[in-house]
Amino acid sequence: MIPTDRRYTREHDWVKFEEGIAILGITDHAQEALGDIVYVELPDIDAEIEIGESYTTVESVKAASPVDSPVSGRVVEVNTELDEKPELLNEDPYGQFIAKIACAEVNQDALLTAGEYEQFLAENKED
Amino acid sequence: MENFDSLKKTPLFERHIELGGKIVDFGGWALPVQYSSILDECKAVRERCGLFDVSHMGEVDIYGSDAYAYVQKMVTNDVTTMTPGRCRYAVMCYENGGAVDDVLIYKFADDHYMFIVNAGNTDKDFEWMQQHVFGDVRVENNSKKWGQLALQGPDHQKVLDAAGFTGEIPEKYYTFNDKMTVAGVPCLVSRTGYTGEDGVELYCAAEDTVRLHKALMEAGKCVDMLPCGLGARDTLRFEASMPLYGHEMNENINPMECGLGFAIKLKKDYFIGIEALRAPQTRKRIGLKLVGKGVARPEAEVLCNGEVVGVVTSGGPAPAVGGNYAMCLVKADADEAGKWAVSVRGREIECEFAPMPFYKR
Repeated sequence: MIPTDRRYTREHDWVKFEEGIAILGITDHAQEALGDIVYVELPDIDAEIEIGESYTTVESVKAASPVDSPVSGRVVEVNTELDEKPELLNEDPYGQFIAKIACAEVNQDALLTAGEYEQFLAENKED
Repeated sequence: MENFDSLKKTPLFERHIELGGKIVDFGGWALPVQYSSILDECKAVRERCGLFDVSHMGEVDIYGSDAYAYVQKMVTNDVTTMTPGRCRYAVMCYENGGAVDDVLIYKFADDHYMFIVNAGNTDKDFEWMQQHVFGDVRVENNSKKWGQLALQGPDHQKVLDAAGFTGEIPEKYYTFNDKMTVAGVPCLVSRTGYTGEDGVELYCAAEDTVRLHKALMEAGKCVDMLPCGLGARDTLRFEASMPLYGHEMNENINPMECGLGFAIKLKKDYFIGIEALRAPQTRKRIGLKLVGKGVARPEAEVLCNGEVVGVVTSGGPAPAVGGNYAMCLVKADADEAGKWAVSVRGREIECEFAPMPFYKR
């Protein structure tokens, strides 16, 4: 099930807002498409991120995939647990965030509700 | 539905879909990069057994009374000591030493050899081979007639036992038996592979490939065998530090630079490219283990004592030994005991020199 407590992008990221902080992660579809994740390049604390800028690179066995941010702001926290256990993103994509950003600006047009994201997935199903 | 219409397909294309394979475009071929997980598939091969579809590989037959002399001229290795039923690894070079392709040679008789060539190079190789035909030599591209499966891992024998076979499984590494049947399917079976693990490769008629694959998948249940995709194949060969054409070697990287001296016989009178390979080389292939966090991918710059000395040709995790590694092409005089690093997205990751192969069974 796709959690309804957050928003989604068409690039298969999720973002959850809590008191001015944007919590960022990747969706189940994203981890499935990437395959076994072996390294997550976390941003530096205090790094300033722009909308559409890649804030992390997720490395699977075969490829490096930059992940773009739907918000701008300053990085206030990163999920250091991913340093030792990047596979947590495969196991629990909605329970594991990548970074938290003190949010200055949000690209609202890019954000979908859980229902809209589900529909987007259905429309773009590859099989 | 993603469109694979423009891609070439092996006889097992429908099987891959049935088995949940994630299909990708691999040099013009629609093949599964993975079925379950690349890491699980690698583990299966290292600990039990895995089954790969390698039907995309090319097969070029060489016939005629001058076949021996022709092969001697075309490849870096010496086939003089080959007897029928043996395989030998070699490289075909251009005059400047650059690699046309790396090939596995099968000898059937003095007047019949077969080259197994890389899928993406088959047409180019065949053209090159045709251009150099002399005397009583005929080369035939028979790639479409063959299906090929690689059954790799310590338990491969148990899988063959369960599938049932007639004839003797080749016992020695780099030998073959072309008069076997496996699960009732006529096969050539060779003790070869591209995983660094013990195993066999099976060649059958294209139209028998599905039947053979189904029978081996069924037989493989006894050892919890997994079907494996190209992702696992690449990681396994990388761990075993086997070169991949297009990465460690290409038309601009000769096999000597690639560290394939064991397959280059400079004492031979002649083969195409011999003069270039006899000359001192300016680059060499080395292995690095990443000490800092990160993954080095092909094209990343390699630094030794602060100076850029080359590039990564293959890089990624080596799950059987743990950690991230890279194979690199660097200046021949780079100091192996020096301070190594790779540059990834503007960040330097500390490395240490790592002897190849990274994984040895």
